[in-house]
Amino acid sequence: MPLLEVNNLRVEFPTRRGVLTAVDDVSFTIDEGEVLGVVGESGAGKSITGAAIIRLIEPPGRIAGGEIRLNGRRIDTLPPEEMRRVRGRQIGAIFQDPLTTLNPLYSIGRQLVETMQTHLGLSDREARARAIRWLEDVGIPGAAQRIDSYPHQFSGGMRQRVVIALALCAEPRLVIADEPTTALDVSIQAQVIALLKRLCREHGTAVMLITHDMGVIAETADRVAVMYAGRIAEIGPVREVVKNARHPYTEGLMGSIPPLTHRVARLRQIDGAMPRLTDIPKGCAFNPRCGRAFDRCRSERPELMATGGPSRAACWLYAEGGHARDAA
Amino acid sequence: MAGEAPATEAAVVQPAPAAPGRMGPVARFFDSDLWYSFSRSPLTVVSAVVALALIGGAVFAPVLAPHNPFDLATLDLMDAFNPPAWMEGGTARFLFGTDDQGRDVLSTIMYGARISLFVGFCSVLFAMTLGVTIGLVAGFVGGTTDAVLMRIADIKLTFPAILVALLVDGLVRAALPRELHDRIALWVVIFAIGISNWVQYARTVRGSTLVEKNKEYVMAARVIGLSPARIMTRHVLPNVMGPVLVIATLNLGFAILAEATLSFLGVGVPPTQPSLGTLIRIGNDFLFSGEWWITVFPGITLALMVLSVNLLGDWLRDALNPKLR
Amino acid sequence: MFAFIVSRLLQALPVMLTVSLISFAMFAYVGDPVAIMLGQDYTEAQRQALIRDLGLDQPFFVQFWEFLKNAAQGNFGLSYRLARPVSDLILERMPATLELSFSAAFLALAIGVPMGVYTGLYRESWLSRLFLTISLIGVSLPTFLIGILLILIFAVTLGILPSFGRGETVLVGGWWTTGFLTASGLKALILPSVTLGLFQMTLIMRLVRSEMLEVLRTDYIKFARARGLTNRAIHFGHALKNTLVPVITITGLQLGAIIAFAIVTETVFQWPGMGLLFIQAVANADIPIMAAYLMMIALLFVLINLVVDLLYYLVDPRLRGSLIGSAR
Repeated sequence: MPLLEVNNLRVEFPTRRGVLTAVDDVSFTIDEGEVLGVVGESGAGKSITGAAIIRLIEPPGRIAGGEIRLNGRRIDTLPPEEMRRVRGRQIGAIFQDPLTTLNPLYSIGRQLVETMQTHLGLSDREARARAIRWLEDVGIPGAAQRIDSYPHQFSGGMRQRVVIALALCAEPRLVIADEPTTALDVSIQAQVIALLKRLCREHGTAVMLITHDMGVIAETADRVAVMYAGRIAEIGPVREVVKNARHPYTEGLMGSIPPLTHRVARLRQIDGAMPRLTDIPKGCAFNPRCGRAFDRCRSERPELMATGGPSRAACWLYAEGGHARDAA
Repeated sequence: MAGEAPATEAAVVQPAPAAPGRMGPVARFFDSDLWYSFSRSPLTVVSAVVALALIGGAVFAPVLAPHNPFDLATLDLMDAFNPPAWMEGGTARFLFGTDDQGRDVLSTIMYGARISLFVGFCSVLFAMTLGVTIGLVAGFVGGTTDAVLMRIADIKLTFPAILVALLVDGLVRAALPRELHDRIALWVVIFAIGISNWVQYARTVRGSTLVEKNKEYVMAARVIGLSPARIMTRHVLPNVMGPVLVIATLNLGFAILAEATLSFLGVGVPPTQPSLGTLIRIGNDFLFSGEWWITVFPGITLALMVLSVNLLGDWLRDALNPKLR
Repeated sequence: MFAFIVSRLLQALPVMLTVSLISFAMFAYVGDPVAIMLGQDYTEAQRQALIRDLGLDQPFFVQFWEFLKNAAQGNFGLSYRLARPVSDLILERMPATLELSFSAAFLALAIGVPMGVYTGLYRESWLSRLFLTISLIGVSLPTFLIGILLILIFAVTLGILPSFGRGETVLVGGWWTTGFLTASGLKALILPSVTLGLFQMTLIMRLVRSEMLEVLRTDYIKFARARGLTNRAIHFGHALKNTLVPVITITGLQLGAIIAFAIVTETVFQWPGMGLLFIQAVANADIPIMAAYLMMIALLFVLINLVVDLLYYLVDPRLRGSLIGSAR
């Protein structure tokens, strides 16, 4: 049984101009210990999906449909107190900006101890000892002294390491990492991602890695889901999706990344822009920008379907048992 | 067939939707988020109506007031101390009763509100002009000028506005001979209140100016050779006015209260042009002898006026605050 | 920390100097003290003699220096109107004003802060709405009007509280007269303190509320929720602490405003304090009293600012300490 199951998730935001659907019928699973990358442009709905799983969507947004199951048990309908117990203990979260994620008035030791005591019922001494060990694990030098320091005394990269420690210290089975390296210096990004990868592997923690950086995904993820306009366009093993992209959008994404192995004359780009969530085209959301769109694309919305390989794509090109339709 | 390309499935880009017709400014206003949040909040609508009613009554006092309380010819001491119309002894002629000189309280309130509003508006205008100018100069010129101006602002800020207003008023009062002071007392009050409250504008404008200063359109204007004054007024100023207007609306309430306080204390507007504060002070003397209406009705009017202005200011601030949307 | 205090004191100097200059300028250029003191009939010789006596024929800076020396010793000369030493008058009245101000401040804090916290946490409850409505009215009513209304209700109509004066006072420690120790003194204190404190109370309440709302929207609160901390830990641990820090500064400054607004309250209730003295001085162009009051208020505000800065320093760890670990 998969660790996390998301079925037909739908998240809506009522606005005065009508209802905005930020996440539209999204389904995927995450197995124990697996790293699922969720990639897409800004506004594609990746962060909101993550927020929906831990029920931290800002009102007036709300989950309008579908279900979320953790180890088979539905968590999207839990009463607030039960959900609180799930957060941190079963599912951890890492957010983007390490400079604002930590409370500036509490020492990092206090924040760690507090989290562990809330979920694990440890004594003060035990919690403190564990906190020091966590800080050592994430690579804070001189952890035993630094434990009483305040967040502003650490640099950005260090703070994100503390955030990782905080997310993992209650030993969750799944961690939702929302753009964990986007706000960091490029030179630090690799270190932090490597740290995350290592720790999760050691503890057997599954990761939902949300990012717009394909490079990070290629390095770290086992499987990847490509999101577009609130829907999943393609989902499959990382190597497959990167090398043999099925969905025209994914093709476009891969083509726009400069390859390291050879020179290209021009980077391919996809014309146009992702539609605003208030103006999603009928049928397949990508059809206005798709070089291979045809009539069905403009009228019917495609579900994720088999494509003749391990990935699935939401594209009518694969309607007949998984073979790409030849363009005229 | 020449000239007719076969329909291909190659890049069929959907035509962009037709641009919506240009709406006139009135239509745009009613379609805006501002109007939306306004019409959705009943409290704000009510306060706007009340404010308009009060302002209308004040501005058109000479036309609307049932009596002219300053025309000595129409005053009759026999009319003094009439209670309000709905109480025993009251008449419909004097709806809210009369004071010790036989003046109709309703009329004095309308004229008084006029003075209160006038002083309030003018002092806000003065404070805004002063503060915005200082803020623009400090932000744009920078350097020592900025440091000095901000230091002055800090010093000013250590003192509560009411104290500054009192002090300035007291100083002018002491410096000028009595007759001259009485003649310009109104303007002295406006000056005193205005000068006690410019810092908020200055700080906000300075902050915005500092941000705008580094933007490309300012650098472009400099390259063209426009004078700093022109850049400041024509280009930077429109961009920083938003928050300034919110501050001004919120300050209007304060200004009206400040004037009322000064007049109540006896150091505000001259007795020949009584504001609501003056009326309350006069009426205070008769509180214990039972003629409560002379002070209570001006008091209620003052409270309503400030309340509605404050509510409008609150709504404006929330409506214009991008973070709360 | 020592350096901090010294730097703050140095910053206070220009304030005091400016204020002294203004005070002195009032003496030197406003009105004619000689004419006021000599009355109607005087000879030129008497006038010259007085000018020499008062040192009014000396150059500006000499006079200013004399003024400063005298001021530092608390000597501001004689009141023009009452012909008594100003310092005596002020010392006589100071206890009344201070007791009133502190009672008002205490009321404002004791009621304003909890109300602010409550309305920040429980935004939708009817009690919150009630508090907010009351606060809006409190902010819109001028202090004197509140005083008059209270007098109307409690003194005129119900007749249970006095409407003027301080009641009986007790001489304490040589020169301080206190109203706290007698029943009539306490009764007389009620209406004025409520009047004076109401405005501040509503201000504090609205401030605490808006700070609370801001804090509840921050990333670190979001992260605290994502870690599954209890509502109590989040609201009364993290949120409250972060809310109160800026509130400290504002409250300190409000103390200054209270002392200033005491002027109005003292007028309404004929409370024999410094405020009443000041307003009478303004109405009578009694410069020495105005100057002395000004300097004293300035000194008081400077001291209050210093204490507030110190408190801030102690409470917010970001103001101490240095950066640990560089570009990691």
